[in-house]
Amino acid sequence: MNTSVSIAGVVLKNPVMTASGTFGSGMEYSEFADLNRLGGVVTKGVAVTPWEGNPTPRVAETTGGMLNAIGLQNPGLDVFLERDLPFLQKYDTTIVVNVCGHSEEEYVEAVARLADTPADLLEINISCPNVREGGIAFGTNASKICEITKAVKAVAKQPIIMKLSPNVTDITEMALAAQDGGADAVSLINTITGMKIDINRRTFALANKTGGLSGPAIKPVAVRMVWQVAQKVSIPIVGMGGIATAEDALEFLMAGATAVSVGTANFNNPGVTMEIVDGIEAYMRRNKIEDIRDIIGCVR
Amino acid sequence: MGRYVLATLMERTQLAEGIFSAVLRAEEIASAAKPGQFVCVYSDDGAHLLPRPISICNTDVKSGTVRLVYRVVGFGTEELSRKEVGAKIRVLGPIGTGYEKVSEGKDRPIRIVIGGGIGIPPMLLLARKWCEECYEVHAVMGYRNKDTFLIDELSGYAVCHIATDDGSVGTHGTVLDAIESEGLLADGRDGKTLLAACGPMPMLRGIARLAGERNIPAYVSLEERMACGVGACLGCITKTREVDGHSHVHNARICTEGPVFNVNELCLV
Ligand SMILES: Cc1cc2nc3c(=O)[nH]c(=O)nc-3n(C[C@H](O)[C@H](O)[C@H](O)COP(=O)(O)OP(=O)(O)OC[C@H]3O[C@@H](n4cnc5c(N)ncnc54)[C@H](O)[C@@H]3O)c2cc1C
Ligand SMILES: Cc1cc2nc3c(=O)[nH]c(=O)nc-3n(C[C@H](O)[C@H](O)[C@H](O)COP(=O)(O)O)c2cc1C
Ligand code: FES
Repeated sequence: MNTSVSIAGVVLKNPVMTASGTFGSGMEYSEFADLNRLGGVVTKGVAVTPWEGNPTPRVAETTGGMLNAIGLQNPGLDVFLERDLPFLQKYDTTIVVNVCGHSEEEYVEAVARLADTPADLLEINISCPNVREGGIAFGTNASKICEITKAVKAVAKQPIIMKLSPNVTDITEMALAAQDGGADAVSLINTITGMKIDINRRTFALANKTGGLSGPAIKPVAVRMVWQVAQKVSIPIVGMGGIATAEDALEFLMAGATAVSVGTANFNNPGVTMEIVDGIEAYMRRNKIEDIRDIIGCVR
Repeated sequence: MGRYVLATLMERTQLAEGIFSAVLRAEEIASAAKPGQFVCVYSDDGAHLLPRPISICNTDVKSGTVRLVYRVVGFGTEELSRKEVGAKIRVLGPIGTGYEKVSEGKDRPIRIVIGGGIGIPPMLLLARKWCEECYEVHAVMGYRNKDTFLIDELSGYAVCHIATDDGSVGTHGTVLDAIESEGLLADGRDGKTLLAACGPMPMLRGIARLAGERNIPAYVSLEERMACGVGACLGCITKTREVDGHSHVHNARICTEGPVFNVNELCLV
C-alpha cells in the first residue's frame, strides 16, 4: 500500500501535515503525536525579525470552530534557525517552514535566508487576516500575488507553496496568479475573517475586533475552494480548513488536494493527527486502494 | 508536560451557589501535579472544541484522583455539572508551571496564600504543600458574601482569614483589607513573608502594588483565553517586562511559562 505523495519533487510519507500556527514548532505536540508518522510538519509563521503580535483576548470559541487574532507573533528567523529547525531535523518528516512578512522585501529576505537550511518546503503566508500590512493585503490582489511569487521564487532554493486567503470573490483567480508567478504549489484555505461579540462585556470577543475563523465550521467552504482550484491549476494543492477526522482529510484528497494540513482539531485532541493517519490507512485497506494517489482529485 | 487521558468522574458535590467540586480519577495527572498547575477539560460536544482550563485544587496520589473546584459560567462548566458519576471525561494535564518556580523569597518562613472567589481552589494544594513543608501558612480568602467554600479544607493547612464584599463574614472589604486588619504583615512580618495569589485582575494588581510598596516577593496565577493548552497557539500570552526566553518578544505563554509568575516579571502595575 502506498500512502506517499509528492509536492514538487519533495516526497511526503503520507498526505497528513499540520497547519501553520496550530502546531507550534512541532515541539509542543511531540509528546502527543509521533512526528515521525506525519507526512510533514508546517511551522508557525516566521518573519525576519521578532513580532509581538496582537493584544489579548486573541482567541474565542465559536460554534464548531474558533476565531483567532494572534497577529503572527514569532521569535524571528534567528531564533527559529537556531532552536526550532534543529529540533525538527531530529525527526523523519518533511519540514515546511511558513513565512510571513510586512512587505515584499521582508518575504524575499526571509526566503533567501532559509535557502541553505534543512527546510524542505516553504509556505508563504500572503493571507493572514490579522495583520494590517502583511498578509491579506497581498493575498486578495491577483497581480500582487503573481508579483510576490516571482520575487520569492527568484531567491528560493526550496519549492514554494503560496498560501491563499478565502476572503476573496474568486479564489481560482488567486491560485492561477500564484501559478503564473511560478509557485510550485498552493495551499488553502487560511482562516475566514469573522467577528464575535461578547454580550456580557458588550464589546468584541477579540481585542483585534475581527479574527480568523477556523475549525469544522469552515470545512465545506474549504472543500469547495480546493475543488474549484483543482479544476483550474496544474500545480499540487495542500488542502486545509476544518479537518478533524480521516474522513474529512479524504474529502479534501478527493476534491483534488495532494496533501492536507490539520489545524484547529489539534486543540481539541492533541493526538488527532495520528488518528487521521491511521484512519486514512484503514480506509485504504477497507476499500482496497493500493495507492493513495488513485483517489487524489477523483471527484471532478 | 501534560498527559492526555480519559478520566473518570468519581464524585461531584455542590459547595455553594454555582460552585461545584469534581473528583476525577486520572492516576498520571494526580501523581505528577504540582501546586499552581491546571488541567484542560474537553467537552463531548463537537460544537465546543476548545479545552476549559481548570486549576488543580487537590490531589490524592493513593486513589489516583484530582479534585477540581469550579464555578458554572457557560457551556463547558455546565456540562461538567450535568455529567453522571462514572462518566469519562477527556482531560489534559497537569499543565503549566506552578509554584515550583518560586525562587525569589524561597527561604521566607511565612507564606500567605490569597484567593479571590474562584481563584481560591488552587490555593488549597499550595497551602497543603507549604504546610507539609512546615512553613507558617496563612490563607486569605475573598468572597462576595456568606456563600463561602473550601474554608474547612483550608483550615487544615493554614490559619484562615476571610473577607467578604458585603461584610457578612470576616473583614468587610477585600483580601487586601483583611491582610491589613488582621495585621498579617505587621511587626516586621513583611520581611519574612512570601505572597501567592490567584483571583480577579483588580485583586492581583492590588497584590502587586502591595508587594512593590512593602518589598515582599509575590507570585500570582493568571488567566487568559486558551486554545491549545500546550504552548503551541500563542493565544494565552501575558505581557512581560523583559523579553521572554521562549518567545523572544515581551510575551509569556500563560499555559506554559505560567500560569504562575513573579509579579516583577509582569506589567500589572
Ligand atoms: C489557568 C486557569 C485556571 C483556571 N482555574 C479555574 C478553576 O479552578 N475554577 C474555575 O471555576 N475556573 C477556572 N478558570 C476559568 C475557567 O477556565 C472558565 O471559567 C471556563 O473555561 C469557562 O468555560 P465555560 O464553557 O463554562 O464558559 P463559556 O463562557 O461558554 O466558555 C467559552 C470559551 O471561553 C473560555 N473562557 C471563559 N471564561 C474563561 C476564563 N475566565 N478564563 C479562561 N478562559 C475562559 C472557555 O474556556 C471557552 O473556550 C481557570 C482559567 C485559567 C486560564
Ligand atoms: C491559532 C491559529 C494560528 C494560525 N497561525 C497561522 C500562521 O502563522 N500562518 C499561517 O499561514 N496560517 C495560520 N493559521 C491558519 C491555519 O494554518 C489554517 O490555514 C486554518 O486554521 C484552517 O485550518 P483548520 O480549520 O484546520 O484550523 C492559524 C490558525 C490558527 C487557528
Ligand atoms: S493556550 Fe495555546 S499557547 Fe497557551
